[in-house]
Amino acid sequence: MSIKGKAYIAGIYEHPTRKADDKSLAQLHAESAKGALEDAGLTRADVDGYFCAGDAPGLGPLSMADYLGLKLRHMDSTDSGGSSYIIHVGHAAEAIAAGKCSVALITLAGRPRSEGQATGTAQRAAGGNAPDVQFENPYGPATANMYAMCAMRHMHQYGTTSEQLAWIKVAASHHAQHNPHAMLRNVVTVKDVVNSPMIADPLHRLDCCVISDGGGAIIVASPEVARSLKRPKVKILGAAEAPKHQMAGHVDLTYSGAVWSGPAAFTEAGVKPADIKYASIYDSFTITVLMQIEDLGFCEKGQGGRFVSDGNLISGTGKLPFNTDGGGLCNNHPANRGGLTKVVEAVRQLRGEAHPAVQVKNCDLAIAHGTGGSLGTRHGAATVIMERE
Amino acid sequence: MQSQDRKIQPPQPNSETKAFWDAAAAGKLMIGKCTACGRVHYYPRAICPHCLSDKTELQQASGNGTIYTYSVMRRAPVPYAIAYVTLQEGVSMMTNIVDCDLDKIKIGQAVRLVFKPSDGGPPVPMFTPV
Repeated sequence: MSIKGKAYIAGIYEHPTRKADDKSLAQLHAESAKGALEDAGLTRADVDGYFCAGDAPGLGPLSMADYLGLKLRHMDSTDSGGSSYIIHVGHAAEAIAAGKCSVALITLAGRPRSEGQATGTAQRAAGGNAPDVQFENPYGPATANMYAMCAMRHMHQYGTTSEQLAWIKVAASHHAQHNPHAMLRNVVTVKDVVNSPMIADPLHRLDCCVISDGGGAIIVASPEVARSLKRPKVKILGAAEAPKHQMAGHVDLTYSGAVWSGPAAFTEAGVKPADIKYASIYDSFTITVLMQIEDLGFCEKGQGGRFVSDGNLISGTGKLPFNTDGGGLCNNHPANRGGLTKVVEAVRQLRGEAHPAVQVKNCDLAIAHGTGGSLGTRHGAATVIMERE
Repeated sequence: MQSQDRKIQPPQPNSETKAFWDAAAAGKLMIGKCTACGRVHYYPRAICPHCLSDKTELQQASGNGTIYTYSVMRRAPVPYAIAYVTLQEGVSMMTNIVDCDLDKIKIGQAVRLVFKPSDGGPPVPMFTPV
């Protein structure tokens, strides 16, 4: 069974907060849900499917259904870290296609900034029963140094440079200057990035995403429901997911799970990378973007550095406009999970509702792709391809 | 920058991994070997990740390897080098590169096994340039 054309993205919402000292986690989820329902023109009573991941409080769907007063016939709490919500869009489309629900609500929220988390550099806490913990935690794996090891290997194998990685941040900053909610709105240069303090070789401070509070929500609806609404119609054409891990010790950090989820989603959608007008690419770090762009087939493997250089990701001038909200590198990274906002900005682009300065002309086909977990150990790749109808 | 000792989070062995850490305490690095499919794996498991057989055992590694990739964490109270080292036996493991100038570490560099004490647990396998 294909999901192609069997579900639509009917509502989106990005919570404007970047520091939520005065709000609870459940409240941020709920405010986001409310925002997406209002955007779609639906009410709480229309929701019969709910999706959330590990950032939701308590027992996820149970706690949030209770808080929101939802009456559900479908729920899913698949957790692949930051890419979860891209997976949820695919799962929601599957559930709708199978008749298990007709209006699916997906929420995300988190308060890592208010809670003072050193998200990227703090070593993993002790404990937990994951089988890898005792073989990894003694060595001080944080988030930044895991992605840094991927970057170091990519540089070694393909000759990628820090200046090339910096172009990714430069492009994001060009977009963020137009986003009043973005945490970092100053346009930066390649020099600014490579001269910023080294965090974990070879990643500098400006190669890393922001730490922000926030949230967001997405409504996925059946074709019947979508047709009844007044909003522009964004059809889901294809979706796929794939975990990648250490392969029993045969570690290869030069590629991501996008090599599997990308082609599967493109095949289902019946389109090619060259057809894509706008790309939301998860940007926990600059290297994350570069590897995913290669693995999704936007350029040859190893040529990502050349591809992203010279403003090629900047809307209006580059060939592949990406993350026009400023992305995780400049705008926000709610709950340390950037997948949901990737879908949100892609939908804005398809609706023609992105900021006029970054709106891609005739944007009728977009991709949202993410990596959750850690690129340096085990991660979940997720891809969704959407079309304006 | 010369590497310094930092507090190593102690591994918490369980019934599946006790033999690995007992061997570590005796100065030996073990990898997983499956007698059903003949392949090696890391980290060692009771169930082979190649063929799902339960005929797995521990095999002592030579302790020689090369650096597959690494990163020096600069934003830490004590900077340290995390790495994946590919062992002579063919599997790669997460580790630290120690007892060396952190600024001179290179991918492809030959390294040999050393053990460093953890904070109240068994010693952990690390590597130093040959």
